[in-house]
Parts: sequence; structure tokens; C-alpha cells
Amino acid sequence: MTGPLVVAAAVVAIALAPLVASTYHVLLMLPFMAYAVVLLGLNLLLGYAGLVSFGHALFIGIGAYTGAFLTSHFKIRSLEVILIAAAALGALVAAPVGALCVRYVKIYFGMLTLAFGMVFYTFVLKFYRLTGGDEGTPFLRPSLLGRSLEAMPKTDYLVGPYYYYSLGVLVVATLCMWRIVHSPFGLCLKTIRDNPAKAETLGIGVTRFRFHAFVISAVYAAVGGALLGPPIGNVDPTLAYWTHSGNIVFMTLLGGFTSFFGPVVGAFVFIYLQNWVMSVVPYWRLIFGAILAAIVIFAPGGLLGLVRPGRAAVRAAGRRGAGAPPAESRP
Amino acid sequence: MILVAEGLRKLYGEFCALDGVSLGVGAGEFVSIIGPNGAGKSTLINILTGLTPPSAGTVRFKEREIHGLGPVGLARLGMARSFQLVHIFPDLTVLETLQAAVVARLGRGTRLFASLAGDRDVQREALEVAELFRLSDKRGALARHLPQGDKKLLDVASAFALRPEIILLDEPTSGVSTADKTAVMETLVEASKRIGLQAILQVEHDMDIVFAYSDRIIALHQGKVLADGPPSAIQADRYLIDTVIGRRARTH
Repeated sequence: MTGPLVVAAAVVAIALAPLVASTYHVLLMLPFMAYAVVLLGLNLLLGYAGLVSFGHALFIGIGAYTGAFLTSHFKIRSLEVILIAAAALGALVAAPVGALCVRYVKIYFGMLTLAFGMVFYTFVLKFYRLTGGDEGTPFLRPSLLGRSLEAMPKTDYLVGPYYYYSLGVLVVATLCMWRIVHSPFGLCLKTIRDNPAKAETLGIGVTRFRFHAFVISAVYAAVGGALLGPPIGNVDPTLAYWTHSGNIVFMTLLGGFTSFFGPVVGAFVFIYLQNWVMSVVPYWRLIFGAILAAIVIFAPGGLLGLVRPGRAAVRAAGRRGAGAPPAESRP
Repeated sequence: MILVAEGLRKLYGEFCALDGVSLGVGAGEFVSIIGPNGAGKSTLINILTGLTPPSAGTVRFKEREIHGLGPVGLARLGMARSFQLVHIFPDLTVLETLQAAVVARLGRGTRLFASLAGDRDVQREALEVAELFRLSDKRGALARHLPQGDKKLLDVASAFALRPEIILLDEPTSGVSTADKTAVMETLVEASKRIGLQAILQVEHDMDIVFAYSDRIIALHQGKVLADGPPSAIQADRYLIDTVIGRRARTH
């Protein structure tokens, strides 16, 4: 019962944050919640299907630009419509990209996703008339549950209704992902992660399951991307740049990809750590590089692996080498 | 015959691993393939299970050409296999491994939001197989933490959980202590009866096991079928025993 209690306490703490924490810290929670949604999806691919994507910023970008286009060009302000459209577009783009990428594994899969991410980045950067190029496209304030909230000061809007709306989306996304990873589908994904050749002999179609996982993770990334838009107010190509993909992989490793909530914890720690380090030293990437190296070497199970050593740590250590299942590769 | 292979040939560059192998396995048969190392036994099993395409020849399972079906299609058609080297899911528990096989057999793998824990059919069948293979008391253990013999048993048990019509076992007792080999084979035979398995085709080096359990033995040598007959006929052929097994084995 410890696990559910900790999760419930965390949700209550997040819900109470606007009442007790400073506006500055509450505003930092907005990207955390958006990234948490993204990472829940990314970890379906990494932690449960065993595929490392270096191109998921593509889908974050799709979600964010969907919101920006709908609010700026089509005068659609409903965040519900934006989220649904982002999810649909994310799935639509993920289908052909995933159909090609999931036929490959390991570094080949990672490089292919990176390549598609860079194609999208170049597209939004160079098609100035459509996307605004490096200046980006404004993401106008969306209405929430049919309420326009235009008259509200921006900060009040973000730390009030928008904050709780984001929390609601995060809770729903978490519950959905929890069901997915504890479903027969989730079990099949784990067999593929552990030993694809054996999974096939049991009648589990490896490519098909990887494809489904890829599309679901893209939908989560697009929804998270759409949630990132309103606090920023302007969507530009950096959201789709490959370093952004690297950041979300970092967040996943930081929290621990071997546990369900690891990436969510990783997002939280990353956001606050980045903010603090940037305020102290100008070369924050140097610090973060050292942290990443330390995690991979000393804590392969991530932060949650340190708190809950056991199955998670064993799994992570196993995947680094010792006792790993037969390797599968395809050039 | 539910499994028929005709004129199988497999070339790896200039090396001919299989050269015109033909065989059949009928309903109710327990067939063993024997032969020295390099005879082509594992290559034959891999071709029969769709893992490796033959350079020439055909394989028919339940009167259907298996070319292009692949392991997934064959599993759905009723063919299961276990590997010479243990193939497990290291980070899954014993029960999860068996559940995965049952989920695949029942075609429930695409149920995104269904509760696995609440699927009574899957739970019941997985527990039945665990009991059948005496793995019930280890059902919560991670596969990677099992002793080698239990890993082998789990590998075979997961294949049985598919409730196949035929099962191809690549050295089912390798890695199992000599004392436990008979127990493993007895478990296999008992499980076969319980699930209504029609045929078993195994590759095995332990001749005591081969002669004790087989209805028919196929001897391979240098990629060719040297003999195909009942255990009594194989045992009586001294030349064959010397060639396929070696003189030392005959004296046992």
C-alpha cells in the first residue's frame, strides 16, 4: 500500500502547490506536468518496449504547433479541441514514421527517429510563411472547458485554471498509461523488450506491437507538447530540435526508466535542477553532462532505483550487460 | 502426417548444412532427431519452425506450406518450439511468462485497457501450466533468478502454454542435471497428454532419453538422413550407432 499512498500524497501536494508555494515555483510546475505526460508515453517505448527514440521532440513540436496554428490561424481556442487535434495529428504522423522505424532496433531505430525529428525541425524552421520560421507562431491563450478566461491576468490564468487543467490532463494520462502497461498489451511489450525472438515463437508479432507502442507514445508526446504551448506563449522550432529529444531521454534516465513513475520524477527533478543550476552557473550543460554520466555509471535504475533498489535496479543493471537476453540487431 | 519436410537443403556460403532432408511426423508420434555436432539438427529445427528459410525444399504443417508464415504465424497455426540455449524473458516472473503465452494464444494481446490481473482465463491457464511443470511455488520469481534447470523448464512450459498441436524441442534436457533429466521428460510426457498434444519432435543428445521416450528416431549425419526408424532398429545397427553417436556411447 506504500506506493499508492505516496502517489496520492504527491497528487495532493501538487494540487495544493498554488496555495502554498510561490508563483515562481508554481509556474515551474507547468512544464513539469507537460513533460510528465510526454515521458509517460516515451517510457512506454523505452521502459516497456525497449526502444530508445532520439526524435520524440518531433511529436512535441507537432502538439505545440497544432495548438499555435489552431489558436492563431483558425481562431480555435478550446484546449479540449487542441488536445484532441494534437493527439490525432501526432498519431497521423507517427503511423508512417513508426511503420518504418520499428522495423529496426537499437542504434538504427534511434538514428531513424533522430532523422525524422530533424526533417520536421528543418521544415518548421525553413517554411517561414507557414510556421514563422525561427520567430515561431504565437500560441494564444486557450479557453478551458468552454470558459474563455481572456480577462484574467496571464499569471493568474496560468497558476490557477490552467495549472489545475494541466494536473487533470496529467492524472488522466497517468491512469490511462497505468492501464496500458498492466494490460495484456503491456505484458506483450515486456516480452518483446526482454527477448523478441522468444516472443515471436509465442505468436507475439514484434513489429506490430512496437508500432502500436510508438504511436501511443507519439500521442502522449503531442498532448504534452500542446500543454507546453500556453505557458510559453510562442512556439518555435527549438521545441522540435534534437537536443530537446535528448533532454527528454535524459529526464527518463534521471528518474529511472525501469519504474512506472521514474520518468515523472525525472521530469520534476530536471526542471527544478535545470532552473537552479542555470541561476548559479552559466554552463549548466556541463553540470548536466556530469550528472548524466554519474547516473549511467552509478545509478542505472535512476533516482527511483536508488530509493527502491530491487527489481528496477536489477533490470537496469541487466540491460547494461550482465545477464542480458540474446541481442537482436538489424542493420 | 501433420508435419512434412521434403528435399530440405540449406547452404551457408559453400557449406552445406542440410542436403536433401525429407521427413514426416504423424499424429501421436514422439520423434527424436539424433546426430553428431554439426550434423544439421538445429538448422533443421530452425527451418521446420520458420526461423530460417531453406535454400531449397518445402515444409508443410497441417497440409499448409509454411513458407512466409514465420514463427508468429506458425505459433498461431499450432506449432510451438523451445530452444537449445535457454530463451526466457529475464525480467518477467514465471507466471508473467506463462501468462504471455496464454495471452498470445487467446489473441488478447491487443487489449489496451483490459486488466491482465482481472483476466480469469489467462490467470487460470497460466497457473495450470505452472502446476503441470512444478513451477507453482516459483511463480513470483523473476526468470533471471531461476536455477538453470528451471529456466529450461520455463522455456518449455511457455511453449506448452500455447497448447500447440506439435512441439519442437531443441535439446530439452540440456543444462539439466543427469538426475533431473528423467523427471523433466516425465513432466513433458504428462503435460503432452494433459493438453492433447498431437506430436513431439525433439533434438536430443542423451541416448538413454532418446531410446526411452521415442516412437521413432531420425539419424542425421553431415546434413543427410542416415536412418529413420524405431528405436529397436536404430539400436541394432552398429554401424549407425558408431557413425552417429560414436563408439563410446555404444558401450554404455
